[in-house]
Amino acid sequence: MGHSTRLDELRGSGRAKRHNARTIAALTGNPGCNRRAVLDAAGIDKQKLAERVGFPGSFGQSRFALSRGNAFEAMLKSDDCALLREVLAADAGLDYQDLGADSLGDRHQRTVKVLADARSALIDHPLLTLEVAGQTVYLEPDLIAYAHHGRLQVVEIKSFAIIDGQAESAKVSGAAVQAAVYVLALRDLLERLGQDPSLVSHEVVLVCPAGFSMRPTAVVLDVRKQLSTLRRQLSRLASVTDLIDELPAGLTFDTALEPADLAAALSHVEARYAPECLSACELSVYCRSEAGGSTAALGRSVRESLGGIASVGEVLALAEGRREPAEDQAEAAAMLQAALRLRSEALSPVPPGAGDLPAGAPVAVSVVPPGAPGAPGAAS
Amino acid sequence: MSTLTALARAQAAATGRAQPIATVRHMHVHDHPLVLIPLVMAGEANAPLAAMIGTDPGRPRLLAVAQPRNRDERFAFAADLAEILVEYAGSFTTDTEDVAVDRGKDVRQRYVDAPQIWVPNPAGVDFLRLFGRSTRFLKTEGEYAVPPAVPLLGRWLTFFANTAEVPGSSLLVNAVQSLGLHWATGQSSAEDAQFGVQLAWIESGAAAARAAENGPVAGPATDPEFDNRVLAPLIERQAPELPQVLQDLLLPTWERMWRTLALLRRMPVGERVSLRWDLDRDAFTSFVQNLAEGGPPQPRRDGAVAAAARLQRLENAAARYAVQRAFDDPLVLAEYRLSGAAFAGVVTLANPDRVDDSGRRPVLRPRIMVHTTEPVRVEPGTSLTSPARPAQKARVVSISPAGDGSDVLLELSGGMGRKLVAEPGSVPTVGERLVLTTLSEAYRPGGALPDASETPWTHGGPPVYTDPGPPTGRPEGSGSSDLQGSGSPGRQDGLGSSAQGPGSSDLRGSGQPDQQQGYVVAAVRGDLQQPGAQLVGGPGGVLP
Repeated sequence: MGHSTRLDELRGSGRAKRHNARTIAALTGNPGCNRRAVLDAAGIDKQKLAERVGFPGSFGQSRFALSRGNAFEAMLKSDDCALLREVLAADAGLDYQDLGADSLGDRHQRTVKVLADARSALIDHPLLTLEVAGQTVYLEPDLIAYAHHGRLQVVEIKSFAIIDGQAESAKVSGAAVQAAVYVLALRDLLERLGQDPSLVSHEVVLVCPAGFSMRPTAVVLDVRKQLSTLRRQLSRLASVTDLIDELPAGLTFDTALEPADLAAALSHVEARYAPECLSACELSVYCRSEAGGSTAALGRSVRESLGGIASVGEVLALAEGRREPAEDQAEAAAMLQAALRLRSEALSPVPPGAGDLPAGAPVAVSVVPPGAPGAPGAAS
Repeated sequence: MSTLTALARAQAAATGRAQPIATVRHMHVHDHPLVLIPLVMAGEANAPLAAMIGTDPGRPRLLAVAQPRNRDERFAFAADLAEILVEYAGSFTTDTEDVAVDRGKDVRQRYVDAPQIWVPNPAGVDFLRLFGRSTRFLKTEGEYAVPPAVPLLGRWLTFFANTAEVPGSSLLVNAVQSLGLHWATGQSSAEDAQFGVQLAWIESGAAAARAAENGPVAGPATDPEFDNRVLAPLIERQAPELPQVLQDLLLPTWERMWRTLALLRRMPVGERVSLRWDLDRDAFTSFVQNLAEGGPPQPRRDGAVAAAARLQRLENAAARYAVQRAFDDPLVLAEYRLSGAAFAGVVTLANPDRVDDSGRRPVLRPRIMVHTTEPVRVEPGTSLTSPARPAQKARVVSISPAGDGSDVLLELSGGMGRKLVAEPGSVPTVGERLVLTTLSEAYRPGGALPDASETPWTHGGPPVYTDPGPPTGRPEGSGSSDLQGSGSPGRQDGLGSSAQGPGSSDLRGSGQPDQQQGYVVAAVRGDLQQPGAQLVGGPGGVLP
């Protein structure tokens, strides 16, 4: 069976969701998650799936934010992109081509053609492709490729404000990763055309409103770091075909299935839940409930501080000495026991003698007055 | 995250109840705080939508903006907010007290109390910072004139937002961090950021927290679903019921804010909290003085020297805050014991009368031996302090393995009076249990920074101030674009302004309002200890 038919089977009756730069960026945020890799490869509607299994997430976008974004973009592009040209310091005679109106089929061909002989132009809505997890993914970026002096530069228009040279870091880094996806796709394209991929600049231009008005400003972001992260993580995702081969025959995530059957199907593909998923993945609330009792659900830093022990129950059992540590847990167990002893000592209502508290004493939710006050002495 | 806090999270997850991570309260909680819950319009650059504000839990006041994109309505909102907030802050500028400075040679004034503003979360602080930025440069005459209270509000908000960056400051505090400082929940810190959920964990446990997840947001961002289904239609048809809808949305958070205050008030307060509140009152006093003297609004961005000085103040405050929390709270100190920066033990030998007369004049240098079963990760020669006697230094003379742990020989100096015989109780006696730590409350002077006019070229040279003249600048900021210092492609905003030359810049430069000055003064003031007059060498091992 070909892979695409297998993917169709996994998806079932629903229409395939298309990847975009945002989903690719999110994909690379947690590359160890097989579940997301498989569901995304099959184009499954994760939001619908989450609703069906009873863990709906809220991933809408506010109308206000959308309308402001659209208004900002329209303002930049109105009057033959007058404002955009100004902010890019681009030549007034520069050609502007919007490929968005074409039908999907020949749009990619047109994109290839336009980019291949672009010398000096603003190219809007090109259709790019990228290899993600062994599949060719079409990207319809809301972007402009700015060709000048024979080089291509990605222009990202975002509507978050840059105030005194500063913007919300989460939004800037999100924009940088998305732009890096486009840079990668453009470089792939040039390579296929037999041209030098380094003609696509690793510096992208971010166009945002400045201050509290809608006046645009442009800043240059160097996305080399994001590019290398993306490349590394996309190469890891290439193994998704192997993952799919290992799935039991006949397995499907068709959202028409009963919730219990869907949950059973999901259990065949392992998730790697982390609290960061909550803001990046539609299925995260389901995975969170599945990960209950694991230290990973408390956050990566908590898990690391607990010596990498996987479950909360095991952590407490080791700390209380109820469980013999495995060889590689000895160090973590000693630290946990010391931590529990110190916690219990500080929280016990009576100041104890050194180390005479039974390990594993129940931790009372109580508050003790500060330790015996010693009079702060005068200066010597 | 420290292992102790991580363990508390694990315990909370296992029991379904939040666990304490502090035994005392590490912040000042005001008797008359101002609670402020801001709400913004999605997508806009910090456009206020509403705020619930007040000092009386029973009488919240709602400020609502019917059309957040309308500039006039935005400034009407700012004027209303100014009326409440500036008046509240001003109500603390009545009574002053004398504070000795320069070792008692001089006296300065300080207000006996200061304001305290509570917002739900760190994003609420960010909102206030940006709202301050958007209003403090506005002009009060001419084409885009705003009421005089608006730029004044901007300066107050900027002041509060700046103090919120100082570790341990309690002038502008947020509920999420305040709760997180004292309790660990059984969920991740990302989930704790949702105020309602975090408080539900602490008040009622895991199940209540899950139920609270779908509750109303604590702002400043609204829920997209709410925007699309409720808010957008109301704004579109300018519905008169909009304020009521916003009131209903904000009221649960308002009640939670006051419950948070009550929870924190129930804890005993840490001994050194009042010292930090003193610094807050200093900062408040100097800001009020700056306003009264007609100082300029806070600059958009600090110059290189001002930024370095500010960073140094913040680092000092962070170090001081960490030490004070550890000295106030055995549970915080336990984290240092776990990491080896502190150990607890019992005094097994003591020679309280030992006098070292090898120097020019004899000095009192008692020695004690402490036996500990905890790991000791310090070298001989290190100075240690015990939270019970913070003014006393204990120099490690030697460490030797003994029994199931080690014996640490310490030589004491300071905190024993001025005579050659120690004051009663100032030297630990045999059998006393001690915690000794490398943490110290001693003041550490920072590096010297050049004058702003001497800024080296490596740091951009002396700052150039494009004088906006009488503040007639554009109504919106003229933000330059140097996110990465690379400027806009083709346009170099930054270079243009330096053509003015350094000549006219210094007046504004040195006159920058330095509302943090109080911290530096106070840090010097707090240094009551002098380093030991002489270090006494010689082999240890046996108590002479």
